[in-house]
Amino acid sequence: MTAAVAPASLLRTAARTGRTRVGLVLVALVVLTALLGPLVAPHDPTDFVGVPFGRDSLFGADNLGRDVLSRFLHGGQLLLVLSIAATVVGVGVGTALGMVAGYRGGWRDELIMRIGDVVLAFPQVVLALLFVSIAGPKVWLLVTVVGLSHAPRVARIMRDATLMVVERDFVKAAEVTGTRRLRIMTGEILPNVTGPLMVELGLRLTYSIGLIAALSFLGLGLQPPTADWGLMINENRIALTVQPWAVVLPVVAIAVLTIGTNLVTDGLARASAGLGRGVER
Amino acid sequence: MTTPERTEVLTGVRVRGLTVAGVPSGAPIVDSVDLDVRPGEILGLVGESGSGKTTLGLALLAYYKRGTQLAGGSVAINGVDLAGAAVRRMRGDAVAYIPQSPASALNPALRIRTQLGECGGDDARVREVLREVALPDTDVFLRRYPHQLSGGQQQRVAIAMAFLGRPDLIVLDEPTTGLDVTTQKHVLETVRKMCATYSCAAVYITHDMAVVAELTDRIAVMYSGRVVETGPARTVLRSPQHPYTARLLMAVPDLDGRREIRGIPGHAPSPVRRPAGCAFAPRCPLVVDRCRDEVPALEDGVRCFRAGVSRFEVVERVEVPVVSADAALEVRGLSAWYGSHQVLEDISLSVPRGQCVALLGESGSGKTTLARAIAGLHPRHGGEVVLGGESLPPSGLRRTPLQRRRIQYVFQNPYESLNPRKTVRELVLAPARVLLGKVPDGLVEDALSQAALSPELASRYPDQLSGGERQRVAIARALAAQPEVLVCDEVTSALDVSVQAAIVELIAGLRERKGLTLLFVTHDIALVRTVAQHVAVLEHGRIVERGPVAEVLAAPEHPYTQALMADTPRFDTSRFSQ
Repeated sequence: MTAAVAPASLLRTAARTGRTRVGLVLVALVVLTALLGPLVAPHDPTDFVGVPFGRDSLFGADNLGRDVLSRFLHGGQLLLVLSIAATVVGVGVGTALGMVAGYRGGWRDELIMRIGDVVLAFPQVVLALLFVSIAGPKVWLLVTVVGLSHAPRVARIMRDATLMVVERDFVKAAEVTGTRRLRIMTGEILPNVTGPLMVELGLRLTYSIGLIAALSFLGLGLQPPTADWGLMINENRIALTVQPWAVVLPVVAIAVLTIGTNLVTDGLARASAGLGRGVER
Repeated sequence: MTTPERTEVLTGVRVRGLTVAGVPSGAPIVDSVDLDVRPGEILGLVGESGSGKTTLGLALLAYYKRGTQLAGGSVAINGVDLAGAAVRRMRGDAVAYIPQSPASALNPALRIRTQLGECGGDDARVREVLREVALPDTDVFLRRYPHQLSGGQQQRVAIAMAFLGRPDLIVLDEPTTGLDVTTQKHVLETVRKMCATYSCAAVYITHDMAVVAELTDRIAVMYSGRVVETGPARTVLRSPQHPYTARLLMAVPDLDGRREIRGIPGHAPSPVRRPAGCAFAPRCPLVVDRCRDEVPALEDGVRCFRAGVSRFEVVERVEVPVVSADAALEVRGLSAWYGSHQVLEDISLSVPRGQCVALLGESGSGKTTLARAIAGLHPRHGGEVVLGGESLPPSGLRRTPLQRRRIQYVFQNPYESLNPRKTVRELVLAPARVLLGKVPDGLVEDALSQAALSPELASRYPDQLSGGERQRVAIARALAAQPEVLVCDEVTSALDVSVQAAIVELIAGLRERKGLTLLFVTHDIALVRTVAQHVAVLEHGRIVERGPVAEVLAAPEHPYTQALMADTPRFDTSRFSQ
């Protein structure tokens, strides 16, 4: 029997475990906050509503006297969108490269994997810092750089997954009929590597959130006066003892989101490895 | 089992009402099995895949695989119940196990001396057992690692390990699967000798009826977790009482070619979906209403209400004279390499139109490489492949769609050759879409019906099909491309005998009805007679003998073919219908 699990049943299997459910709840909590937040925010994120670090409203005001709650509710949307975009770019490019390397082999494999090794030699943050500091903090650049820094990591995993599938006879069966290679990759191989692909998506999303928040914190991500969780931490950390909410809220949100995606990913990984599935056959 | 004097036995192995259930389904995988094995006796436990024979074998050692648990009954060895703490002391000492694949059962990082030493016994004892299994007892041998031994030697080391502790019960789980027939013969001789020497009760698990006929004293036939028939080997093989046993015997290919093989329609139910009455009822030609409602008890060694009511007529095989025909496919001076290693040397072969050539060889003989080279899957070859007078490029990718269409390939393992993410319809359509350009209406239904499959299966996924159905889908896929030559690479070796027989019938029928030209690759000499008109015997990448099947099998000239004929286990069913 093959250990292959169809994507739908993979999600269903994963959703049966406790950790995935907890993870989904946590992710939903943060995502809903980020998406619906701007609708319920009491003020505009850039309105001055009080004295700097004032404590008149629920969570007080920030370093410039803007409402913390409003900035918090507005600050997640862009982070989420950018993280998801970067993940899609990274996993997409990485999967394509990994599958070409695994399926075609030969010089293509060497070229892709060795270039990947060079990229892997640099820490992701350093790589991102390099490009962003050269070209300046632009949103598209942020997405591209974060995404591409994921690509070699994803490519490695997907290459291994592809190698396992390429050995199987149904790929040879498609080759012997003369099916085009691109069709073989999309029609025969891709549907059989969805397990690791889902896991990679979740994992890279977690890293994207952390990385983009970190870059914003360092001042190289989103620029003031944009409301953004990473930026909020940076702007308000000097008054941490006086007005902790402006830092605590975004920190908690990012932490909860990261833990949530991690739990979901872990559940997916276990489901695709067949752990916790018991012996059903 | 039910004769009075046998129930009194205290020596040997005594199994009563043994039931092993799946977790969490609770469905019995082994259902209330009673067995007795006397010291020195070899019991053949026969069944097809999924019949629960391995689970039962392991339960005899009080071992339960993950997802299974003991649900009732007892196993006693020499009167000592094998339960709880007792079994840990008894394993390796009173009970031993010889697994299916010695290559994975021996630790590749340990020397033979260390492995044998782990099983207890001092140096002198280790050497004694090695001599008994006909292995050298020298220091040089003991210093070797498992990978330095041949498959047969590895299996004999595994046998030596099992007999070191002088066990009272030994369970052998298909220990000759994957060995070639000559090695198998030696291993079987060793097993028989060792069991007699140590007067050890042995349970030999296998799906191979011919092996059972050669080796065992008694037989227990399992179907869907139940022992359906048991008795002395000769009696059961000569006059099977249970319809399943009878049909199973008729599905075994006959090396002597005196009868046709007949498959059993349908497939065995899984433990979860086992029908209420007799598990064989849905496939049984003798079924009556009572069989569907009530589980028959084991009486006089048979679990059947219709035991011995009527036997099945053995279909006498009629030799059809081979007519001459022009060559549809020709191979001229073909040589092939893997890296720098030459696997095929100067092969020339001609496949007459509308006939079947069997390519017979053991693992490593290069038969699959030859088949793949013909299909364009192994481009690294020299020489010529000529299809209908037209020389084909070595690589399938360089052949024209028409050339690719005319030769279709069916793979060995249907669990590997069907993409699990595509429906049967998509699978069957895939080659036709690429090769035919325009897909005619009803192509899928037509191809499925030619492969004797219901069109309703078109929307299923391979995971929802049985092994036999999968292989039929693979054949339907090849037929959909409307080929002239069908290359079948060991198409039945991953399937049970009853399913194998049905697939062989199908393929032979396709040749007769559609005039398909067949190249049938196999390691089973007994199958050759049933399916082919011509045979080419491959050894170490060369054709050592070829000719019409009847002539080659009647008077093999090459020593290798002679050895194959002599070493292949066989049993005589010519009289079983009496």
